[in-house]
Amino acid sequence: MSAQEIRTVVVEREIAHPPAKLWRALTQPHLIAEWLMANDFVPDVGHRFQLRGDWGGVLDCEVLEVEPGESLSYTWNHRHADAAYDLESVVTFTLTPAGAGTLLRMEQAGFRPDQKQALGGAKYGWQQFFGKLEQLLDRVD
Amino acid sequence: MPDAQDILFKTLADPTRRALFERLCRDGEHTVVALTAQAGVSQPAVSKHLGVLKAAGLVLDRPEGRLTHYSAQRSALAPLVDWTSKMAGFWESRFDELENLLARMDQ
Repeated sequence: MSAQEIRTVVVEREIAHPPAKLWRALTQPHLIAEWLMANDFVPDVGHRFQLRGDWGGVLDCEVLEVEPGESLSYTWNHRHADAAYDLESVVTFTLTPAGAGTLLRMEQAGFRPDQKQALGGAKYGWQQFFGKLEQLLDRVD
Repeated sequence: MPDAQDILFKTLADPTRRALFERLCRDGEHTVVALTAQAGVSQPAVSKHLGVLKAAGLVLDRPEGRLTHYSAQRSALAPLVDWTSKMAGFWESRFDELENLLARMDQ
């Protein structure tokens, strides 16, 4: 069995709005709900909150870092009755001024190796999770 | 790696075989006898399934005296996993929504 294996997903986008405005969308609950998920977010380090998807899934989160207008980091954990299907990750948003707009960087990291097998189970866990995410996205579109 | 995926999907398509593999993932190492006790099929059938799982790289056998212990090789499932791209797709679409929101916001 391989040792701890961390995988990272990075998504970057140039946004045609200034960092201060983008920061509001990342940190005000009613705005977060409009682009991500329903939530009880508060931008205080140590604050625990949940992101609740329309499909019934719940992500347990804890604020790790708040640098107003610059960076925001929180845990992004999905509990499952079977530990092998648990997801534990950390999501970090970084805002960099770019002309009149902002370069937004999202990094999600910290998956344990046994989560890969859960997905490989081909029917359960992650695939189900993503399947429901995709259904959600279809509805949102 | 479509070939590797094909082999894994075919190997895990059989419910009895998948149950054996899941049990090894969950509970760790087992002998054929222990696995047979809960598999609901005969010992030769269990041995045959374990042979297929082993050929696909999904289980490892460790002989010890007259007994053979089987364990799951979870890393063999790596070719099935492309959640990284799915997660990236998730965030890309969320960012689309974020831009829509920003366009509607004041300032």
